[in-house]
Amino acid sequence: MIRVQQEDFDIGVETKALTAGKTTIGGVATFTGMVRDMAPVDGSDQPISAMTLEHYPGMTKKKLAEIEAEANRRWPLDASLIIHRYGRLEPGDQIVLVACASAHRQAAFDACQFLMDWLKTDAPFWKLEDTDAGEMWVETRATDDAAAARWKQESGKTE
Amino acid sequence: MKILYFAWMRQRIGMSTETVDLPADVATVDDLIDWLIGRGDGYGAAFEKRDVIRAAVNQDYVPFDHPVTDADEIAFFPPVTGG
Repeated sequence: MIRVQQEDFDIGVETKALTAGKTTIGGVATFTGMVRDMAPVDGSDQPISAMTLEHYPGMTKKKLAEIEAEANRRWPLDASLIIHRYGRLEPGDQIVLVACASAHRQAAFDACQFLMDWLKTDAPFWKLEDTDAGEMWVETRATDDAAAARWKQESGKTE
Repeated sequence: MKILYFAWMRQRIGMSTETVDLPADVATVDDLIDWLIGRGDGYGAAFEKRDVIRAAVNQDYVPFDHPVTDADEIAFFPPVTGG
């Protein structure tokens, strides 16, 4: 299931709804991304007061659905959920939730990590941070590309 | 053709979307970028880092040699930073 929304979410409520009635599930792995109060600017961490997430609505849902379908193809998941927020957020706010449920923990953990790695490099979102030095667009990190490339190598898939 | 711009490309061009009539000699994404750059300063600044920007035609990532037609929706944007 995919949701792209401005509103906040409640992990407990979402996890309960995701697993309700599905007694084949042995575990749920979840990852919640949050807005940090510091961001790297020119090599050193600077305080940020807010972050605004922009996205490409027509493409976001399509890409998230593709990424989720790929996770379900690779691992035996009983349920999966991606919630990604957009708009203005402040330090401490939740940005993203990924939840994967499976009979056994390894598939749930791995699928969760796979989804987060792919969200970083394939989901059309951009982050604008308010810093003391002004507004700064968050740049792609080489470590994010490397993390996503690992999964692509494993499947022989390029995009 | 509908063209969309996001993040700092949107800021440099000064708009998020526009509709253009595709010139006859524009056949690929690369051709389109060349033509857009010829339209003025904002476009030049937006497409300055040509090797880092990404393009999507009809909501799918494409390489710059991908063909474009008047019926397409094309988007240009910096590397994505979701998650």
